[in-house]
Amino acid sequence: MAVFLLRRLLSTIPVLLIVAVLVFLMLRLTPGDPAAVLAGDAASTEQIALIRESLGLDRSIPEQFAIWFGRMLTGDLGQSYYYKMDVTSLIAQRLEPTISLAIITIVIAVLVAVPLGVLAAWRHGGWLDRSLMGFSVMGFSVPVFVMAYLLIWLLSLKLGWLPVQGYERIAKGVGPWMRQLILPAITLSVIYIALIARVTRASVLETLGEDYIRTARAKGLPEVKVLLRHALANAAVPIATVIGIGIALLIGGVVVTESVYAIPGLGRLTVDAVLARDFPTIQGVILFFSFIYVMVNLLVDLSYVFFDPRIRY
Amino acid sequence: MSTESTNFEALSVESASVVRQVSTWQRLSRNTSVRVGGIVLALLVLISLAAPWMGTVDPTLFDPASRDLLPGQKGEITTLEGESLEHTFLMGSDSFGRDIYSRVIYGTQVSLIVGLATAVVSMVFGVLLGLLAGYLRWLDGPMMRVMDGVMSIPAILIAIALVAMLKGSLLTVIVAIAIPEIPRVVRLVRSLVLTIREEPYVEAAVSLGTPTWKIMLRHILPNTIAPLIVQGTFICASGILVEAILSFLGVGLPPDIPTWGNVMAEGRAQFNEYPHNIFFPGIFLAVTVLAVNILGDGLRDTLDPKMAKRI
Repeated sequence: MAVFLLRRLLSTIPVLLIVAVLVFLMLRLTPGDPAAVLAGDAASTEQIALIRESLGLDRSIPEQFAIWFGRMLTGDLGQSYYYKMDVTSLIAQRLEPTISLAIITIVIAVLVAVPLGVLAAWRHGGWLDRSLMGFSVMGFSVPVFVMAYLLIWLLSLKLGWLPVQGYERIAKGVGPWMRQLILPAITLSVIYIALIARVTRASVLETLGEDYIRTARAKGLPEVKVLLRHALANAAVPIATVIGIGIALLIGGVVVTESVYAIPGLGRLTVDAVLARDFPTIQGVILFFSFIYVMVNLLVDLSYVFFDPRIRY
Repeated sequence: MSTESTNFEALSVESASVVRQVSTWQRLSRNTSVRVGGIVLALLVLISLAAPWMGTVDPTLFDPASRDLLPGQKGEITTLEGESLEHTFLMGSDSFGRDIYSRVIYGTQVSLIVGLATAVVSMVFGVLLGLLAGYLRWLDGPMMRVMDGVMSIPAILIAIALVAMLKGSLLTVIVAIAIPEIPRVVRLVRSLVLTIREEPYVEAAVSLGTPTWKIMLRHILPNTIAPLIVQGTFICASGILVEAILSFLGVGLPPDIPTWGNVMAEGRAQFNEYPHNIFFPGIFLAVTVLAVNILGDGLRDTLDPKMAKRI
């Protein structure tokens, strides 16, 4: 187990290293001069050159990478050109809204999708099953911002139940925090529900065909127990996997959702940084998101041991 | 993906193309999803081609006198020559006085082109790299690690960053959306190649001294086509979506180009009073992506039964 843990941990290093190289190259090899952007329209050539030198942009690409990478390992992601502060604290500052949104979304998605998936598999071919499959195709197709405006229009403007935009820190109380986040979280969870429900349905359907399910039913176990303890428990691994993979979707959705609902999180920061061509911030945010993605999937891999005692590493 | 499952996949593809060559079209046309998706898409293609003759005006025209009209209101619009035309704004107008209906109809062209082009670009590169990775053992490891790296960066972030850096034009948007899709195609092609290359007919070709490139083109590539078409359809759908998201966030095509994302981005500020600026393009976008996804589901069920069972 310990050996596996170590090996699995080590295996994330080359991936993260490649991500670092890719992110660095992607933003450095493209045209556009951040020094000129930073200096503003009125700056003279000398001023721009000075700024370029102070940022280290006049050095060779490998040199720039080595410096940048070394600093990154110590948690220093550089200075934001636009916000004039270091990227690490900038990310830390914007973390709370994004994590709150992500967690509420995942909770909603799992609570809705897993029961729906199990029921759909249980009554395979029935009306619930067919409407769920229909919904999941819809969920993949209706863009998250269209969904967002639809919900704003219905729940905020027409019915007046929920606030339209904005964010309240959790420190100001769980009530207001939840009130602000519930609409964005529902918006964001739609695609996630579609994904998880589909996989839950498929994997429960598969386990329902196993011999031990027939045995469980034959010995007179109530259907609820058959479904939950035998079918769902054995379908947990693919469900956990898809939640992990879905984090990529979630991150994409966060960028859009935060923009629509004016939530000052990392997604909003990404868009603002891109519009301002703020290289260090873009690099930092992409690295951070990729790191989260790799780590969540690492945790998902490790969770297999918990979900399925047959798996021993 | 286990070797065993890909093996079956390859086998089923093979039998589909060899034995049931004639009936593939029949099976496709009998599948409801293929029919529904296909018909809706055909309609959209028709709309995009017939855009100039559908009661539209030049989608870049604007008239300050016709700002913020509600759907169905009449107003004036000034042509490039400076003459004023009487025009009915079927879907209303935006805050510049541009005709939403014309912009949405012309937007169909952009979305369909972007969707198709992203699918083609990512497949061409994906197939090329996948064939190489599957066939050249020394390249396999390094290339797949790079692909793993690309896949752990959320696709939309790659696209947003690339477009912003390259400045939005049709070509850069297509490239930026296609790049994050490439690893998925590479993985698919590589796994297919790894199983197909062990097939007796490939061995036979090798022992007859057939050059490697010929084996790839003649024996391996044809067997990857069915799963690739399915994959390509889904890439097309996500390409259309991502383009709209980029435009909506203001990092995509320049705002005067009529795309659904741009129309929605323009409508954001006034959503409370004029929700139709967002809803009309939103409906078109959702219906288009839905049609492509449904078509893809149908194609998968018909062309690639093994994959259909997996999902």
